[in-house]
Amino acid sequence: MKYVLLIYNNPATYASWSDEERDALGGEVDGIMTELTESGELVGGEALADASNAKTVRVRSGVPAVTDGPFAEAKEQLAGYLIVDCETTDRAVEIATRWPDARYFAMEVRPLMDTAGAEM
Amino acid sequence: MSTSAAVDDLLRRLAPQVLGRLVRRYRQFDAAEDAVQEALLAAAVQWPEAGIPDNPRGWLITVAVRRLTDQVRSDRSRRRREAMAAALSPADELVAAGPSEQRSAHRDDTLLLLFLCCHPALTPASQVALTLRAVGGLTTAQIASAFLVPEATMAQRISRAKQQIKAAGAASDRPPQVEWPNRVQAVLHVLYLIFNEGYTATAGPDLQRRELTREAIRLTRAVHALLPGDGEVAGLLALMLLTDARRPARTRPDGSLVPLAEQDRSKWSQGPIEEGIALITRSLERAVIGPYQLQAAIAAVHAEAARAEDTDWPQILALYQLLERVSPNPMVTLNHAVAVAMVGGPREGLELLAGLDTDHRVAGHHRLDAVRAHLLEMTGDRAAARAGYQRAARRTTSLPERRYLESRAAALSGEGT
Repeated sequence: MKYVLLIYNNPATYASWSDEERDALGGEVDGIMTELTESGELVGGEALADASNAKTVRVRSGVPAVTDGPFAEAKEQLAGYLIVDCETTDRAVEIATRWPDARYFAMEVRPLMDTAGAEM
Repeated sequence: MSTSAAVDDLLRRLAPQVLGRLVRRYRQFDAAEDAVQEALLAAAVQWPEAGIPDNPRGWLITVAVRRLTDQVRSDRSRRRREAMAAALSPADELVAAGPSEQRSAHRDDTLLLLFLCCHPALTPASQVALTLRAVGGLTTAQIASAFLVPEATMAQRISRAKQQIKAAGAASDRPPQVEWPNRVQAVLHVLYLIFNEGYTATAGPDLQRRELTREAIRLTRAVHALLPGDGEVAGLLALMLLTDARRPARTRPDGSLVPLAEQDRSKWSQGPIEEGIALITRSLERAVIGPYQLQAAIAAVHAEAARAEDTDWPQILALYQLLERVSPNPMVTLNHAVAVAMVGGPREGLELLAGLDTDHRVAGHHRLDAVRAHLLEMTGDRAAARAGYQRAARRTTSLPERRYLESRAAALSGEGT
């Protein structure tokens, strides 16, 4: 089963850390990525640019409205994602638990929809 | 069949025998697989031009052993080179064997290779990948595309599986006879997983995934030829044939799912149905009964009904009762409840389902909601049925199932509620 692990964090908190702290967290992430690559569970993943670079698009009555970036009140924003193919939900949750952002912010584990299906 | 198609066909049949033989002899799964791949490639290039040799299997073994020897020679590690060179024997020794000895050796080679690929030290995903690669002869790219993962991910999964086999010290060791039934079970389970992966794929983007169904049937057929007296192997083959026969009717052109009761049965493939029924009939008469045979028997009863309303539900119910005894699990109970409802009315089916609410293996599963909704619909409780279908639609992780369940819910929303 494939899962997307959504990584949430707070850029302000992140920016307040020292280089050493950030390197340590980066090392943890590298370790997990190596493990997932070697186990054949890693399907993909990307880091997202800061939400201030975002555009929000809405079309109402056929009229597009494009607004800049983040919602100011949002403290935690979507910072990236990875897609893993795991035997069980427990395993996907375990990976999320070890991802450093889970300790400071949050990780969200969501199954991906499959295009296959059984008739009933 | 064109020459090159005939060559491809022959190579895919011989590949597991050749690999099995090399692995058994040299105990180096990785190196043996590389060597066999090179030998297969050489054959695929040379045979269509030069003709198929008199002893194609011997030809492949000879070439593969030569490649393996070359590989050992070029190996940088001196120690490993020496150790392995000592173990290598001339290819003639492997190729030459008396006819009767040869037959049973081929049988063993393929079976042992399957046992190895479905080794209990591996995860199901790795067992599936390795079986398709080493026994099925599919390329890593084909397997990756069938499972919708990048090729690098699949390559890594296969290479990890080989390492795990090595670490478990399993390479080429012949399991003691007492373990065979369990090892055959493991192989059948992997073949069943491969089949389902292909069968549940819907139209359109999933074409490559559907190839898995054909591959699973081909491999199960091969195992059946190796173990003709094993009723469960025959049962699984029959189950696959009878299930796959419904494929032309199970989806609409737009990919949406058609439930069994609403399928256009004139679209079912008659050839596989006849073969499946013959297989399961023969096996039930002679072999020790098991879950695959019972599921095949149930599929056969469905296949024999010209119209859904002609279905012999009492017989299906009796088979589910047996299946619950032989292989109790909540998914069996779900289907059993439908049979109970068809024979004794929906209330009786709902009572059976109630017991599953406390079973952590299925509580919260969309199939439980969907079956309950179906039985509630039979009782006439449209509102509860609709809520059940909606809950099931939210819980499934399959797009076509969600669409089907949403449409069932929508059909109950109009008049009558």
